[in-house]
Amino acid sequence: MWDWIKIVALGLIALAAAIAANWARDIGYQVHAIIVMLVAAGMFLWTVRHMDEGKGPAPAGYNDAVIRAGVIATTFWGLAGFLVGVIIAFQLAFPSLNFEVLQGFGNFGRLRPLHTSAVVFAFGGNALIATSFYIVQRTCAVRLWGGNLGWFVFWGYQLFIVLAATGYLMGVTQGLEYAEPEWYVDLWLTVVWVAYLITFLGTLMTRREPHIYVANWFFLAMIVTVAMLHLVNNLAIPVSLFGSRSVQVFSGVQSAMTQWWYGHNAVGFFLTAGFLGMMYYFVPKQAGKPIYSYKLSIIHFWALIFLYIWAGPHHLHYTALPDWASTLGMVFSVILWMPSWGGMINGLMTLSGAWDKIRTDPILRMMVISLGFYGMSTFEGPMMSIRAVNSLSHYTDWTIGHVHSGALGWNGMITFASLYFLTPRLWNRDRLYSLSLVNWHFWLATIGIILYASSMWVTGIMEGLMWREVDANGFLVNSFADTVAAKFPMYVVRGLGGVMYLTGALIMTYNLWMTAFGKRQPVALATPAE
Amino acid sequence: MDVYTLLREFADSWFLIGMFGFFVGAILWSWRPGSARAQQAAALVPFAHDDAPASRKGLKS
Repeated sequence: MWDWIKIVALGLIALAAAIAANWARDIGYQVHAIIVMLVAAGMFLWTVRHMDEGKGPAPAGYNDAVIRAGVIATTFWGLAGFLVGVIIAFQLAFPSLNFEVLQGFGNFGRLRPLHTSAVVFAFGGNALIATSFYIVQRTCAVRLWGGNLGWFVFWGYQLFIVLAATGYLMGVTQGLEYAEPEWYVDLWLTVVWVAYLITFLGTLMTRREPHIYVANWFFLAMIVTVAMLHLVNNLAIPVSLFGSRSVQVFSGVQSAMTQWWYGHNAVGFFLTAGFLGMMYYFVPKQAGKPIYSYKLSIIHFWALIFLYIWAGPHHLHYTALPDWASTLGMVFSVILWMPSWGGMINGLMTLSGAWDKIRTDPILRMMVISLGFYGMSTFEGPMMSIRAVNSLSHYTDWTIGHVHSGALGWNGMITFASLYFLTPRLWNRDRLYSLSLVNWHFWLATIGIILYASSMWVTGIMEGLMWREVDANGFLVNSFADTVAAKFPMYVVRGLGGVMYLTGALIMTYNLWMTAFGKRQPVALATPAE
Repeated sequence: MDVYTLLREFADSWFLIGMFGFFVGAILWSWRPGSARAQQAAALVPFAHDDAPASRKGLKS
């Protein structure tokens, strides 16, 4: 019966997509309708061909297949996102890389949202889905709830990524930062996200462990809050059912405020709360010790979610936003420093008594440096949100440096460490293919981030100072083009930092591939000290 | 009084107090007597069921 319902639904979706492709008002919508049509038709055929197969016994044990797929997807999208990042970094340094033949597809303006969404939502999102599914099963001691719903979440999310990414290249965007996808992609993401929430909640509710481990609190906060942010910030009315354009419901300063309420909490809940969930599970596991203070983790949780939600207006200092609102955002951002450092201390102190392990265990070292970058960027962020500092830093590359020390350092490193942790376990191997390659990855990534962040500090503060420099008569000294010219060397250094980070990720991919699919290695008898 | 003003007044009075109370309550609750033992048990959860789900019988009280 269920198969019949699926066949009818898939057939109708394919038909509707074919009609939509025919009546499409713009090329981007047409391409998307064709993608949806092909996916639905392919699934239709697959379901028909597999209909008569009897159902095997109900699967027991943890559902790890969907996590394995998630690990592969995380690695793949990570490489894609880092590569696009390196390309656009060099496009800024050498504008001639905006090739004439690629105008309208491969120029900076089109590739930049592709980069941000690829690393945040494709790499980070897949990492969150995969690790949350791993952690929620292990800490609830029960199989992932909902049967194949986990697979629907995984593939549905990949479809969202493909629709969003191809859309950016064709200019299908509503122009809201980190919320670029147009109305129908937003609707699809809503469906997938609700399925994610149901899968996660179902697993929690059927748990065979009395406690809900704190990592799951962070994941659940991430899922619920991202759903709320996504729905409110994407309130839009499509111009036509057969076109990709839509009109925002909010306008003017309300739109700006909603956008940065969304934007900052995408950072706060997607990139912080979710990844803290990973931290609270993988750091204790890798260190072989429980978290330093469970009480502190509870306080960390409540303080973080109560404070983060107010910090958004610090993106709108010196704008049409009322002063009280931007002051509110500034004050909450500064207070937020405390829970952030509480969480960092909790993670780092887990190693107390086991500090020697970071000498021998490069995965633990990655976790420690990711917590270090978490601490640094959660200090830098509150500082930059202070109105006086913001008047220097805003619109400069300092902001870009800040974002990347958080994203590359904290999100990237904790994700890499989690992938190194998960791969041998998911593919049932004794250990990683090579620890010395992990070491190479660690140092390439760390030096890459340092090159990136320090060059952006220099260039950001420099251009901030150049913009406000006035001569004795009160005239501005520098034109905008002067600042652009002065930034050239730092742009090259930033690009090189990106190349190093990408190289590290390539090494990781080789290492993970050999771990999962390479020949089983004989167990080493003795490991020499490194 | 229009809806905006009404909601605005509610938001920065009762709802603010309510949220602040919940926040303080959640923090204090983590210090309640007997919390330490529950928290120690919870902190050990990641080390229990690495390879396979718990059987129904294995349910801990």
